[in-house]
Amino acid sequence: MSAVHTPIEALVTVDNIHTYYGKSHILHGVSLYVGAGEVVGLLGRNGVGKSTTLKTVMGLARSSQGQVLLAGRSITGLPAHTLARLGIAYVPEDRRIFRFLTVMENLRTGLDRHGVTAARKRELLDKVFTYFPVLAERRGQPGGTLSGGEQQMLAIARAMMLEPRIILLDEPTEGLMPRMVSQIGQIIGALHRDGVAILLVEQNVPLTLEASERIYIMEKGMVRHHCAASDLKVNDAVIHQYLGV
Amino acid sequence: MTADALINPRSPAAWQGAPAPVLRTELLTVRFGGLAALDDVNFEVGCGEIRAIIGPNGAGKSTFFNCLTGVLRPSSGRILFKGEDITGLSPDRISRKGIARSYQITNILPNATTLENVRIAAQSRRHGWSMLTHHSAYGDIIAKAEAVLESVGLRNKARELAANLSHGEQRNLEIGIALATEPELLCLDEPTAGMSTAETHDTMELVRRIAKNLTILIVEHDMQVVMELAHRITVFHYGEVLAEGTPAEIQQNPKVLEVYLKT
Amino acid sequence: MAAILEIFAAIPYDQILVQTVNGIVTGMILALVASGLTLIFGIMDVVNFAHGELFMLGAYMGVVVLATTGSFWLALLLATLVIALLGAALQIVTLRPLLGRDPLTTILATFGISLVLQNYALWQFGPVARKIQEPLTGGFQLFYLEYPWYRLMIAGLSAVIIGAFWLFLKYGTWGIWIRATTQDRVMAQAMGIPVPRVHTAVFAIGAGMAAASGVLFGPLVGVNHAMGLDWVLKAFIVVVVGGMGNLGGSIAAAIFISLLEAYASIWVSPAQAVIVSFAVLILTLLIRPTGLFVPTPK
Repeated sequence: MSAVHTPIEALVTVDNIHTYYGKSHILHGVSLYVGAGEVVGLLGRNGVGKSTTLKTVMGLARSSQGQVLLAGRSITGLPAHTLARLGIAYVPEDRRIFRFLTVMENLRTGLDRHGVTAARKRELLDKVFTYFPVLAERRGQPGGTLSGGEQQMLAIARAMMLEPRIILLDEPTEGLMPRMVSQIGQIIGALHRDGVAILLVEQNVPLTLEASERIYIMEKGMVRHHCAASDLKVNDAVIHQYLGV
Repeated sequence: MTADALINPRSPAAWQGAPAPVLRTELLTVRFGGLAALDDVNFEVGCGEIRAIIGPNGAGKSTFFNCLTGVLRPSSGRILFKGEDITGLSPDRISRKGIARSYQITNILPNATTLENVRIAAQSRRHGWSMLTHHSAYGDIIAKAEAVLESVGLRNKARELAANLSHGEQRNLEIGIALATEPELLCLDEPTAGMSTAETHDTMELVRRIAKNLTILIVEHDMQVVMELAHRITVFHYGEVLAEGTPAEIQQNPKVLEVYLKT
Repeated sequence: MAAILEIFAAIPYDQILVQTVNGIVTGMILALVASGLTLIFGIMDVVNFAHGELFMLGAYMGVVVLATTGSFWLALLLATLVIALLGAALQIVTLRPLLGRDPLTTILATFGISLVLQNYALWQFGPVARKIQEPLTGGFQLFYLEYPWYRLMIAGLSAVIIGAFWLFLKYGTWGIWIRATTQDRVMAQAMGIPVPRVHTAVFAIGAGMAAASGVLFGPLVGVNHAMGLDWVLKAFIVVVVGGMGNLGGSIAAAIFISLLEAYASIWVSPAQAVIVSFAVLILTLLIRPTGLFVPTPK
């Protein structure tokens, strides 16, 4: 039974999911939604289940209860490769680019799909190389030789190759230098302008408040707070309660 | 010393002039290739303290525990336990010296009963290679195991197969196994991971009960547990000790706030 | 001085050169068999104990097609295709449901398949060895031997097949999918790559390569139901020495081991020369268990 008041146009709805790792009960009934083209932030300390929520949406973790909906249609239990084809892209923590494939081959894993014309492929590549010129420079290099920030860009670019309706971004700024952090912020903005929805898991509070329209805060496997990003400021008591020490 | 300290020698105020620390590390460093997972860490904990270790992912908390328990050999630096240098000793020797650890991922023997799990750990304290003695002859060890089960609240599940326990009960069994080795220093690695609020509360009570005779190091992400249980908190960040102090002090420390809220 | 000259004179250069050629020939076939095996392990962590039987069935298919059509090339082609399809079917029916389980389960499954296939072959074709006629007879003079052309042809064909496969892996869409899935199965899925189908395809390719090796090797020995056993053992040694999942390493290891054995057989009997392979295996496991031909693991 859902306590979420979801507007009909929600692109992705997560409804009361419970996910376990073995016997460890990580998600104790998480519910949230992301509207088409919306940027939604998911905050919380380590270990509260933010990554697990993304993995459950992406079909990489199985929920034992509850459901996940894509544009109103249940996608619970579908395998990840089907979800990727349906328009959900996933950029994991620690990036996980294919280290022994070149930058170009990494992009091709998303580009080589049914029904994409050669012209469209060109377009997508041009777009991504405009966003990330350094990837164009390094297109023949193996992914493993890129720096941390470049790998993060490649991970996002690779996801963009799927022409997704929503991108699940897991801590994109972790371990990056401040200059790169602001670049990530700009990229999120550009994706938003393109109409791509984003569910952003982050530890970086200012970046998340800046980029998102709505914020969920999780604690101990549940959503504890939900409001517009504009309602929250960094030195808000709520932020301190759930994220500070 | 306040009246509180006089009545309760374990209270925070009591060790403002604490005797020699039970555990101390000097310039403890662990390098993986070019990366310093621990960088010149100087750490001290006094007898009877409950010290929480917090910090973001990758800050070095697990690496620290791995060094203390002999799983990982540090690249440089020393670890002193009760004044004795234990750097680089094997895990079983460190266990015999009196350091025990519970793990983040539950490490119990699922096909043995709860009592057997604890009994096997308790047996390790008795030397000898007698393979021919039946375990029923170890009356004192069994009594010991039952006492441990009592203290972790699993007495009534003694004959139950460990695999059939709930997650929270298994995590508490994990603590029990560590306790059965009669440690003086107990390292708890995220003891409340994957637990509901109710189970977390029970585990906190458990830790309070057993803390009376032990020194406890606890790595945790659940701030409520940390704030309510810990006498002092050490904050790790990128392999270094960022700050140390009482819960009240840490909550106001601007460097810590910056790390956690990235302002 | 005279002693040194004597030693040099005593070295059997002609035998060494002949054995070098032999070693390379055997090595190439072994490489072909081992490539399939290491690929299958690398991508889905399956130790395929039925690989030798796919080799054997390939040889038998070759016998059958050759008898019906008289064309060696048709035999090679059809055997490869049919056994590839058989491999795909086997993987879908028996291995897909076991995905994610204890590796021991898949070992038992493939071992079971190997027993079934061996006994099927025995039942279908009887215990008497069959012969495949080589397409190219005659040879050239290599020192004291008339060296068959066919042997060189096998080496060449194996090289061609392996080379074609390498190109496919490098440039084809499915090639990229295979490489991505081998590196990170989870992220490959997240990129929309149909990982279950990729697994089936790789198993089929491995089976096809084993079958092709069987047909190519058929003319050199008799085709019988137990011929897979020797080969699968050697192939496993090659896979371990070359680094499990490492295609280039397997090829190098195959040639390396075959050369060593060939040289050893100058002085001892071929049956005893096999000891060399095992010695190399043991050394690898002791000194560099990730594989002799693998760069130092990071």
